[in-house]
Amino acid sequence: MLSKKQAKTFFIAGSLVTFFIFIGLTIFSLSKSQDQSNSDKITESVAHGKHLWEKNNCMGCHTLMGEGAYYAPELTNVIKRRGEVYVKTLLKMKTPWAPRGRKMVAYGFSDEEANDLIAFLKWVGEINLNGFEKVDRTVSPLPKDKMKN
Amino acid sequence: MKYKSQKVAYWFFALSMLLLVLQLTYGFIMGFARLGYDGLHNIIPFNTAHTVHINTLVVWLLSGFMGAAYYIIPEESESELWSVKLAYVQLISLAVVGVAALLGYHFNIWEGRKFLEIPRELDWLVAINVILFLVILLMTIIKGKKKTTTSWVLFGGLLGAALFYLPGMISFDSQVLDSFFRWWVVHLWVEGVWELIMGGILSFLLIKLTGVDREVIEKWLYVVIGLTFLSGILGTGHHYYYIGVNKIWLIVGGIFSAMEPLAFLAMALWAVNMYRKGEKKHPNTLALYWTLGAAIVSFLGAGVLGLAHTLPQTNLYTHGTLVTAMHGHLAFWGAYAMIVLAMITYALPNLTGRKLYDHPRGRAAFWLSNIGMFTMVAAFAAAGVAQVYLERILGYEFGDVQNKIQVHFWVLIMGATILTTGLILYIIDFIKYGLPNDEAVTK
Ligand code: HEM
Ligand code: HEM
Ligand SMILES: [Fe+2]
Repeated sequence: MLSKKQAKTFFIAGSLVTFFIFIGLTIFSLSKSQDQSNSDKITESVAHGKHLWEKNNCMGCHTLMGEGAYYAPELTNVIKRRGEVYVKTLLKMKTPWAPRGRKMVAYGFSDEEANDLIAFLKWVGEINLNGFEKVDRTVSPLPKDKMKN
Repeated sequence: MKYKSQKVAYWFFALSMLLLVLQLTYGFIMGFARLGYDGLHNIIPFNTAHTVHINTLVVWLLSGFMGAAYYIIPEESESELWSVKLAYVQLISLAVVGVAALLGYHFNIWEGRKFLEIPRELDWLVAINVILFLVILLMTIIKGKKKTTTSWVLFGGLLGAALFYLPGMISFDSQVLDSFFRWWVVHLWVEGVWELIMGGILSFLLIKLTGVDREVIEKWLYVVIGLTFLSGILGTGHHYYYIGVNKIWLIVGGIFSAMEPLAFLAMALWAVNMYRKGEKKHPNTLALYWTLGAAIVSFLGAGVLGLAHTLPQTNLYTHGTLVTAMHGHLAFWGAYAMIVLAMITYALPNLTGRKLYDHPRGRAAFWLSNIGMFTMVAAFAAAGVAQVYLERILGYEFGDVQNKIQVHFWVLIMGATILTTGLILYIIDFIKYGLPNDEAVTK
């Protein structure tokens, strides 16, 4: 029968081994050769866009790369889906935008801020997401706008 | 209770109950917003409600863990707390930082990173607060007569929670790296070090409630936390499938996260078997309900519903949908909310000297809150599966799908009402017990 001491050894050994493997995999996975996010394309504008994304807690309603809240649409491919003009217009609006009932916060971003957010979203839209980027596109032969309520 | 200084625990539990009420309130705000009743949009938009909901959740659980530690560590170490005065300083500073953060969320002051929204300046205060907390505990353990496995595991979990808060404070320009290290906090908390905290509390409660020999209970505690780390650390990979890092995580995360339910299964079997084995039954039946409930419901919420979407082939479609919300609710409820409520139910009669062990209101609180939560989870599940099919498989527009599945949110509100009724009964009990007092000390 297992003794308390053996149980303790199991705990310590198991934790240490998996922890070191985890650190090793992290280093490997974040190394330059494994980069699939075009990190060299993070311009000042992209970085500022990310800052605005955080500062305004966009993730409190939307998901990006599948992370965030589930009140508002996934934005990974939003620039490809809607185009820059559309997105820019809604970012600059001063009254709540609500195309399908739910309201977005009226941020009233300046031209420059809107551009930076778009640069950020465009950068995200180019990341290789191991297939998730395809799920966020129309995957059905049915056009999205044909659905009747 | 055995030591006067254990009374500190009461105030952490009280803070916990207060934040729980706030959490439920903001939950309703979100639920109604999804039904189109968003009259509060200009003052409390959805992102504010969401952030307050999940932050009050985390802080009421942490406050509950801290109260549990202030109750358990003196009793296990057989000594008074090292410094009661500092423990009150820590309580008040925790409350002040918490309130400051929550207020800020109403004025667009936050870092929009799910679960880690507390602004950087306040992060430092949190860190100082937690260091103070850990020092008080550590000094108590060192100076105490006994150093038990239960104390060390509980302390280790709390220390781990403090250490794994730090990766969340690093800044990145890349969203990929940001997200990568956000999970070092969120995942390694709930599927790592918090399970040590839960295990420590569970071990203490089982020792007290079942009367089974400490050595036996603590042996299985090691097995449970061993399984936790063995699967949970590499299991972090289940958050790395689709966030822009390489495919190695699909294999590593898939295999190891699929093993995580074993730790929760072991926890449930451990609790149930110790209960069966125990001969001298403690009269606090309600505490036993919550304790066994936590062990079993955590297996359902974290283990079973976690497994339901953890394989990369499934997660490709469910990632970031209401399926996640389904799992998030039952996992947090079963594992962490219920263990805190178990601890409070066990400690209150001892802190206040009123031995109201089993009464209809207490039972109603247990059953109503659980039935309510399961109803909510069923509503999220129905909505989530429909969302995945319509949006991710058929490719319909997000907003159109949300309108189609709106009806499930009426069920959600119904479940939430039952849950809230149960929890209000729980809080009425909490208040009726009265304040902790020195007469309650029994040697
Ligand atoms: C008590 C333990 C657990 C708690 C409290 C918990 C809670 C949560 C929460 C709140 C999320 C959403 C996180 C976010 O989007 O920021 C989440 C996601 C997830 N959880 Fe858990 N969880 C637990 C255990 C587990 C276990 C054991 C498994 C696997 C068997 C699991 C599998 C997952 C997966 C795959 C996701 C990602 C969902 C997605 O892609 O959107 N969880 N969990
Ligand atoms: C009055 C009762 C409650 C209601 C109406 C409610 C409703 C909600 C809603 C609508 C969301 C947002 C989902 C989204 O992103 O769109 C949410 C998120 C969340 N709630 Fe609740 N909730 C309630 C109680 C609770 C309780 C008691 C817990 C924990 C024990 C909890 C834990 C969570 C968590 C962890 C999230 C984030 C989940 C995720 O993103 O996957 N909630 N809740
Ligand atoms: Fe996880």
